[in-house]
Amino acid sequence: MNINMTLIGQMIAFAIFVWFCMKYVWPPITQALTERQQRIQEGLEEADRARAELHKANEQAEETLRESREEAARILDKTRSRANQMIEEARTDARAEGERMIANARSEIDSEIQQAKSELRAQVAALAIQGAERILESSIDEKKHREMVDRLAEEL
Amino acid sequence: MAGNAPTSTEYITHHLQNLTFGLHPDHGWAIAHNAEEARAMGFWAINLDTMGWSIATGLLFLWLFRFLARTATSGVPTGLQNALEMVFEFANGIVRTSFSGQSKLAGPLALTLFCWIFFMNSLKWLPIDLIPQIAHKLGIEYMRIVPTSDPNATLGMGFAIFLLVIYYSIRNKGFSGFAKELSFRPFNHWALIPFNLILELVVLIVKPISLGLRLFGNMFAGEVIFIMISLLPFWAIWVLDVPWAIFHILVITLQAFIFAVLSVVYLSACFEEH
Repeated sequence: MNINMTLIGQMIAFAIFVWFCMKYVWPPITQALTERQQRIQEGLEEADRARAELHKANEQAEETLRESREEAARILDKTRSRANQMIEEARTDARAEGERMIANARSEIDSEIQQAKSELRAQVAALAIQGAERILESSIDEKKHREMVDRLAEEL
Repeated sequence: MAGNAPTSTEYITHHLQNLTFGLHPDHGWAIAHNAEEARAMGFWAINLDTMGWSIATGLLFLWLFRFLARTATSGVPTGLQNALEMVFEFANGIVRTSFSGQSKLAGPLALTLFCWIFFMNSLKWLPIDLIPQIAHKLGIEYMRIVPTSDPNATLGMGFAIFLLVIYYSIRNKGFSGFAKELSFRPFNHWALIPFNLILELVVLIVKPISLGLRLFGNMFAGEVIFIMISLLPFWAIWVLDVPWAIFHILVITLQAFIFAVLSVVYLSACFEEH
């Protein structure tokens, strides 16, 4: 436990260790750690930026979605009104067609009635003449009375 | 343990004797065979065990951190790198918080001091008789493995810090500035210059001595108690040995930390302007 040259030896060893540490140990580690710090900082900044971008993209997507939904609703509305219109048109057309058909039928019926009437008239005239012939027993000249009966039939 | 069944006193003094190589007045350059011979060598002797173990632990430190320096990248650190980087950041933290100037020396100094002293101190955790017994088998008579329980080692580091303080004081403040600082503080009056000078010189010289003696005192006391504990019967040793070793987790780390911090603080004072 005497103070001896160990003291000097220790000082020298200490100086060499510190020198070595200062020269070969400290700078590379400091540099690596600084670089890492920088990288982490950059990474964090990038993450922030990415987050902001994602947020923006989300908003944009939402906007687009909203727009397309509106567009769809608009198209649907238009289509629906167009369909209604078409149905309405078809209905009107059908009604008109029906009416026209009814009118046609009616006129046809009328004309048929007229025809039947005229036929009947002719037949009635013939029958009347036949009847009269039978009653009068050939006293009547067909040609002579024909006109008269026809006139009668007309009046029917 | 020298001889057969040594007494307690012999056992303790044997454990506290360094392996000294030096110039004996009668035998010339030789290894001292006992405490008297070592004492007779005076200053011209060197404690081989102290030097050997301190250099070994210092090399261990440099090897570990050289490994970190070679492998450290800006990428993700792994395993040992992580642990070493933690220590590195710790030393860096000491400098950041306690060092006010700009110096390339402060960081490496703090790291070297903390790790080196920690490693030297932690040799104390080895069983007190293990290495000396092995050395004894190899024919080496004395072996004190904890360099920091040798005042030569701790004072050596203290005086190295002292030299650095002087160097940086003169470099940063100039010789006159340094002299002025010693002469005009704490009392700024010419008549009190001698008084100031005595006071400041004592303060200056006390710093390295207190640094060295604090570390030495703690480690020496701890070692003595370990030796005393090992005098107990073998089945009772662990009862005191284990708590004392666990307590030394604190002491060893704390002393290394204090030495490093105070050194940085003393150096920092050389960079301060008044």
